[in-house]
Amino acid sequence: MNIHEYQAKALMRPFNIALLDGGVADTVEGAVEVAKKLGGSVWVVKAQIHAGGRGKGGGVKVAKSLVEVKTYAEQILGMQLITHQTGPEGKKVLKLFIEQGCAIEHEYYVGIVLDRTTGKPAFMVSTEGGMDIETVAHNTPEKIIKAQIDPATGFTSAHGRKLGYALGFKGETLKKAMKFFDGLYKLYIEKDCSIVEINPLVTTKTGDVIALDAKLNFDDNALFRHPDIEALRDVTEESAQELEAGKFGLSYVSLDGNIGCLVNGAGLAMGTLDILKIYGGEPANFLDVGGGATKETVQKAFSIILEDQNVKAILVNIFGGIMKCDIIANGVVDAAREMGLKVPLVVRLEGTNVALGKKILAESGLKITAANDLADAAQKAVAAAKGA
Amino acid sequence: MAILINRNTKLITIGLTGKQGSFHTLQSRDYGTNVVGGVTPGKGGMVHEGIPVFDTTYEAVKATGANAAMVFVPPPFAADSIIECIDSEIPLIIAITEGIPVNDMIKVKAALKGSKSRLIGPNCPGVITPGECKIGIMPGHIHMPGNVGVISRSGTLTYEAVFQLTQREIGQSTCVGIGGDPVNGTNFIDILEMFENDPETKAVIMIGEIGGTAETDAARWIKANMTKPVVSFIAGAAAPKGKRMGHAGAIISGEDDSADAKFKVLQECGVTIARSPAELGQKVAEVLKKA
Repeated sequence: MNIHEYQAKALMRPFNIALLDGGVADTVEGAVEVAKKLGGSVWVVKAQIHAGGRGKGGGVKVAKSLVEVKTYAEQILGMQLITHQTGPEGKKVLKLFIEQGCAIEHEYYVGIVLDRTTGKPAFMVSTEGGMDIETVAHNTPEKIIKAQIDPATGFTSAHGRKLGYALGFKGETLKKAMKFFDGLYKLYIEKDCSIVEINPLVTTKTGDVIALDAKLNFDDNALFRHPDIEALRDVTEESAQELEAGKFGLSYVSLDGNIGCLVNGAGLAMGTLDILKIYGGEPANFLDVGGGATKETVQKAFSIILEDQNVKAILVNIFGGIMKCDIIANGVVDAAREMGLKVPLVVRLEGTNVALGKKILAESGLKITAANDLADAAQKAVAAAKGA
Repeated sequence: MAILINRNTKLITIGLTGKQGSFHTLQSRDYGTNVVGGVTPGKGGMVHEGIPVFDTTYEAVKATGANAAMVFVPPPFAADSIIECIDSEIPLIIAITEGIPVNDMIKVKAALKGSKSRLIGPNCPGVITPGECKIGIMPGHIHMPGNVGVISRSGTLTYEAVFQLTQREIGQSTCVGIGGDPVNGTNFIDILEMFENDPETKAVIMIGEIGGTAETDAARWIKANMTKPVVSFIAGAAAPKGKRMGHAGAIISGEDDSADAKFKVLQECGVTIARSPAELGQKVAEVLKKA
């Protein structure tokens, strides 16, 4: 799960991470109010959307007067902000974060992610702050310094020194940086983050070490023990279809193509998308109905797939292990009948009670194309979507 | 022979009396698995479907001499149950539970180090040695005893591969689902090594996914150590880019973790690749003919 920068910073404060003062607003007047309350002479007006690259897209502006705060707030609020992470349609800006300005001396990158190879959280830091870390990793991998944290020791001063000296910190700055690393690691563990990214972390001309931006992602599997974080969910940032699917235990991701897919199991669902592409088709979605699908969930899956106007054909690919083919077949037939399905339907069933499942489909009187195996199913679905 | 489990495996189920735990334990018993007990705190002394229930794993192991445990405990408590199994020195722990928090698994992984236990999973279909022993949620009837080892991160995609083999009358020595979670107990390489040393296994299917470097690490290990042919498919070539997590994880290891990158490394390391999941059976038939 993702949250906004302003929410991330509110979570970070109790962990002794130095931040600038700021406030959130969803109107232009509100933005000016926040700036007035903060005082000072420089403010940064920041679009709050769940995507990186906001600055380059025109979603972050430095204002040197309250008039400028107003001008920038008017510009940014309500705009479709396009960044390399939003897709070409961009995201509408509904909230602004107004923050005090500061005199930056240098920008750094600091991130914590899981290292899957070792099964430990790992720090990644770089002197190349403010840049896309992928670009740094690609062009100058030697500028990324890593530290693995063993869960038995947790974060130690040794880790802090390794990272701090690697970034060239000394004296008071080193102490402040070590305190920051320690707080960030505690946050990562206590809040069950899956990624913590501070880009940039800055040193200021007044000698402070400040987290200027903050991106936190959370482990969805751990949200059950963090109702405070669940409460931060911004549904306007999430796909309505994906949310709806989630309520029924379905895992759905919308894609650009025209072949709707209904599959059981994430691996087989991915494999189904792959084989459609191999035969020249373009999948409209990833949809995993899970291991315990019922007639109702199958119907729900159909209705979510059909909300996508691009869908020209539907491929159902079920390998019934625990899930019985006859139950799926009944669900498919009922859904097709009740919804008056207009697009061609290709069904491939295999596994437990397959003969019974195929019989139900054949005797339904519906126009369902039965497929013999995975390759046959993909070829038939591609042909159906092309109107052949 | 086969690997991990066989006729002599004695199984206990942790979370036996739950709906899922009960159903799949009975399915496994029907397949021929020797189920000797179960654990549900507070229900010790009960007999569930003819299976004795214990309050703790420690008691269950002491009373039954179990050498394998299947974990069906809900996600919030699953890591605790796995640690209890490790503490009870059960040699093989197979965790089916899906949705365990990553930080919990980080602790489990640390607890496994230097212990007497091996963990398979979590978030996996389990392990089956066809005709001898089934521990997990896979449909037993699609399997057939034979000489092909199967390792996979996915559930249904494994069934697909097994089905293609059985249709061609190519049997399996053992099929192992290592699970789809970012932190798991056993990796491809561990299982590949067991298959390499298992006289019954003549060829191996390895089914991977996008994300992480387990498949590329395995590819290099295969090149250096494996004499038996390996056929591999990586799911997710068509998956959209932009899941940031995968990329950040890949930066840590300095490796591209897309399907194309993995296919490339596998091929360079002498693994036979199946670009389509529908080709797995055919490719195995081809390598077996050559061998």
